[in-house]
Amino acid sequence: MSDTVELEVFRYRPEEQLEPSWDTFEVPLRKEWMILDALNHVKDQIDGSLSYRWACRMGVCGSCGMTVNGKPVLTCATYLSSQAKNGRVRVEPLRGFPVIRDLISDIQDFIAKLKKVKAWIVRDEEKPLSEGAYLQTPQQLAKYKQYSMCINCLLCYAACPIYPLEPEFIGPAAIALAQRYNMDSRDQGAEKRMGVLSQDEGIWSCTFVGECSVVCPKNVDPAGAIQRYKLEATSSWFKSLLMPWRGR
Amino acid sequence: MNESYRTYHPRWYRRRVPIFWWLRQLTYIKFISRELTSLGVGYGAVLLLAQIWAASAGETTYERFLGVLMSPPVVIVNLIVLTALLFHSFTWLHLAPKALVLYLGDRRLPESMVLFGHYLAWIVTSGLVVWFVVGGWA
Repeated sequence: MSDTVELEVFRYRPEEQLEPSWDTFEVPLRKEWMILDALNHVKDQIDGSLSYRWACRMGVCGSCGMTVNGKPVLTCATYLSSQAKNGRVRVEPLRGFPVIRDLISDIQDFIAKLKKVKAWIVRDEEKPLSEGAYLQTPQQLAKYKQYSMCINCLLCYAACPIYPLEPEFIGPAAIALAQRYNMDSRDQGAEKRMGVLSQDEGIWSCTFVGECSVVCPKNVDPAGAIQRYKLEATSSWFKSLLMPWRGR
Repeated sequence: MNESYRTYHPRWYRRRVPIFWWLRQLTYIKFISRELTSLGVGYGAVLLLAQIWAASAGETTYERFLGVLMSPPVVIVNLIVLTALLFHSFTWLHLAPKALVLYLGDRRLPESMVLFGHYLAWIVTSGLVVWFVVGGWA
């Protein structure tokens, strides 16, 4: 095995170029290095102008998601040696999002969608502080815990072939997070979310490719969340059709 | 400096989705294949309706219809459609446990049990159809 690897990096500097280009950097192939370590090496030792996002370096903050050899991954959790099979590793920004600069994508669209689905606990009425906290049993927690593990890394959006084709699609993470709150025993906002989620650009844009769940580094299973909601929305619609006096 | 670039309104680069995006990886090809097999499902439904129509139109028409069904090109097409239908059914059944999450008390039933239930329902329904077709009800 060679002791160096060629890191092929997507470059886009909007003040200089109209179209993106590729730069190749030779970096040491150290067995303990992650892709992010190789990028940091480039930034520190070779080209300080290389731009990318990262923070925690331990798979928690979700900011270092990139496309490596065609697959969306967290670069802090992907070994360089595992990707350097032919002595080359190709690093691109996450697919499906506009590129601001080099490896940095614009994720405002996702943030707007999170707001749209009200990804927070919605209460009709808050109980007074004197009554104490909203208690929850371990069983109630278990119902939504899987979805609460989402770190907003957006690998699921990058893996979804529908999102770039239909940018209005609310998308996997936002729907999984909406489900996270729908299933929370303290939440009362399920009906408010249904208006957004059960639209065409909500769950029905999903054709269940399933790749979002495959790439999710936290096993959130957003594809499962969307399919479950499809079933819930359909049964809710049937109930409202058969028993209109009951409402949804 | 690139003229269209402005400091406070950066020009983002938007990548176009290639028309053959689905050839990019095996899972996408599998997904498109599953979607295309829906045409087979449609063909199967139309064929069944045509058979019912032929049966109701009298013995001669039905005999002629069966003759068409047994001609080699139609047999080949139907074998291809049967393969597509089986692929569609198996992949659909394996996706079902993702949507159907069942609880027994507080415990979630494993996906394998939901899948088993679907296979069981499929086999029982197919058995009933076969029983009806061979005249077991008479």
